[in-house]
Amino acid sequence: MSFWFWHGLRKGIQSSRYPARAENTPGVSPGRPMGTDFSTLEEAQLAAEICPTDAIVAHGKSTYVNPAKCVHCQLCLHSLPSPMNWEPGYEWAQLSANQTEAHPLPSAFAKSMHIMVVDAGDCGACLHEVKQLNNPLYNMHRLGFFLTATPRTADLLLVVGPVSENMRGPLLKTWEAMPTSRKVIAVGGCAIAGGVFGRSFMCACGVGEVLPVDFEVPGNPPPPLAILHGLLVAAGRKSLKSPKPISEGRV
Amino acid sequence: MASHSSPIAGGNIAGLADLTGTIVERFGGQVGQLRAGGNFILTLSVAQPSALPELSRFLFWEHGCLFGGITAEEHSRHWQIHYTFLLPGSGWIDVELSMPLETKTLPSIVAQVHAADWHEREVEDLFGIHFENHPRLGDFILHDQTWREGIDPMRKHFSASHPQLERKVDLEWQPLLVVGDPGSFAMPVGPVYEGGIGESLHFLLETVGEDVIRAAPRLFYNYRAVEKVAEGRTITGALLLAERFAATSAFAHSLAFCLAAEKIAAVEVPPRAAALRVLLAELERLRHHAGAIAAICESTALAVPSAQASIIEENLLRASCVFTDHRYLFGLNTPGGLNFNFGSEQCQTLLTAVDRAESDLRILEKRLRLSSSFLDRLENVGVVTGESARDLNLVGPIGRASAQHCDLRTACAYSGYERYVFAVPCEAEGDGYARLRVLFAEATESARLIHRVVDTLEVGPVRVPCEVHHAGAALGWVEAPRGAALHWLRVDEKGVVERYRAITPSFNNWLGFHVAAENFAFQDFPIILATFGLSATECDR
Repeated sequence: MSFWFWHGLRKGIQSSRYPARAENTPGVSPGRPMGTDFSTLEEAQLAAEICPTDAIVAHGKSTYVNPAKCVHCQLCLHSLPSPMNWEPGYEWAQLSANQTEAHPLPSAFAKSMHIMVVDAGDCGACLHEVKQLNNPLYNMHRLGFFLTATPRTADLLLVVGPVSENMRGPLLKTWEAMPTSRKVIAVGGCAIAGGVFGRSFMCACGVGEVLPVDFEVPGNPPPPLAILHGLLVAAGRKSLKSPKPISEGRV
Repeated sequence: MASHSSPIAGGNIAGLADLTGTIVERFGGQVGQLRAGGNFILTLSVAQPSALPELSRFLFWEHGCLFGGITAEEHSRHWQIHYTFLLPGSGWIDVELSMPLETKTLPSIVAQVHAADWHEREVEDLFGIHFENHPRLGDFILHDQTWREGIDPMRKHFSASHPQLERKVDLEWQPLLVVGDPGSFAMPVGPVYEGGIGESLHFLLETVGEDVIRAAPRLFYNYRAVEKVAEGRTITGALLLAERFAATSAFAHSLAFCLAAEKIAAVEVPPRAAALRVLLAELERLRHHAGAIAAICESTALAVPSAQASIIEENLLRASCVFTDHRYLFGLNTPGGLNFNFGSEQCQTLLTAVDRAESDLRILEKRLRLSSSFLDRLENVGVVTGESARDLNLVGPIGRASAQHCDLRTACAYSGYERYVFAVPCEAEGDGYARLRVLFAEATESARLIHRVVDTLEVGPVRVPCEVHHAGAALGWVEAPRGAALHWLRVDEKGVVERYRAITPSFNNWLGFHVAAENFAFQDFPIILATFGLSATECDR
């Protein structure tokens, strides 16, 4: 079975160099709609009306997008006579709505952060994208991010899903079992604002209703690199306030 | 054993006439009405509920029908309960029963059709209909430690937005343990996984030491009441839910939902849209199977192939994103076709990626067949015999690894699958390795099918208007990556959803998981779990 060793070696290093270098391989991110100035009032109205989750708000001839509400249905890209502008990229992490400034983990955690992942009613997409961070193309281990076996040793709680009623208890228990230096990151539109599911008798409107959330990664689902950006922000290795251009040097 | 027949075979119409004759003869007055047409090749209105168990047994065991599921509907004055069966090669049979709303008991068919077990438990939990002689009701979707009895959320008078403020966690609650031998204990797993990333579900593994004696999955942690929330929404509003309750098979489920809506509106999608839907469904299957293969390799801690398979999967996700602007194929299906068209150049780019994935998978399979320590972990592990698979009505690749040939793409073709010739790979051993081989073979077949679709793609529009102006109900079905999925949709004359029901392959197959896990050692458990490749969120809805 030594052929696996050679097989692996022959494939070479395939990991992305993000965040040291931008990752531009086609398909790493679906992009997202961004605020657009239309030439007529009607066009702006039409864009706001086509959005099934009211993520697009028209203001005169301009439209604004609330990324937390966007469910990536792409109607504003494919079904409008004049489509919304599309923002490529993936550095989408943002502060949670109740925070005014970023409070990442203390610097001692920056190079080694242990993550506890909880699925709180997720459809499987966000969870699957988190799982992709473990594959060689993203390989989050190279950045010192590890999944941990117990909440007792976890620094960061990563929650996906809008928080279904049956997961509310297990989620709270996990959070309570973590050391108090903990940070919480809500990944995906559902975890931020309930997505298409919340609010109902069985579903909350996001993790923020159950736990204090520090950072958010919008997207439906956010691509792996957006989640990686969120992790870097939580570890204090990327700043949100003045987004720096991606430099050539290794972090 | 289920017999597989192709849709073109001539014997099926005779089979149906034969079936109707036998039912009239054997059940006479107990079955009030027999009619064909609409969604179903045969609708049987049952006049005497007491005839249900025997009728189900006759259809399932004597006539070789497969069990689809149970759908309960609450109308203003009466219940309507549908028991759906599939006559392979012919179509769906609806055994329908009406009873006044005050009646709240039905005879259970579990003793005759084991596959109906969870369906009856779900109806009992969400509608409050009691099934006589069912061995175990209660504590299913609404977990007993947090939900009091008597809440029937799927009833019409229950508001979906109604918050459950009176909910309290019952600290005294204890799970049901079955193994009572001295020294036996139960090992809990989940719902929050210790290490690794997993969907929320819980196992209670009862043991006396080495082997798992009883493996009872406890699901529905991810229950988001999609069926209830969909009620009162427009068709396009409900489509968002149908597409997003299980993202790893999003395209398949949105397709089944759209097929149902199109049947109600009596709309036929353009040939190009039908063909592209086949292409996208196969792309999803290929990607899903690559991911399932990666998970199996990972469960045996074989690092290199697990890494290589996950690279194949990620490359397919990227190819999907380049092709459709979404990595998980969201936002493509719409009632009446597809939201947008694809150019031939785009199709060629996709083919390059699909070819690469296919050849990479083939290399992987060849090497895995030579990896003895890997095969040792899979062979004769997690065995589901053909009899068990038939008994529990296992669907999809898991069923096909245990000699259950049914694949809805051939057994009851939809979306123009009858235009393509393709193989339905099948194995008989029913162990983990058989399931892995089926996944590899299906992935290859999907890649070939994508080629065939592109080669024969007609030009033309991909969408026709699809508006519903009359009340109606219809069944949509697909062979999702994990197996047969049924979506039942009923709308009123304004096109507002009155009832939406999604029967998913994971729901069907989780019922049979314990057969594979029991009497195997603890260290085999994660591997058996991976070879089943089921999704909790697809089951929970």
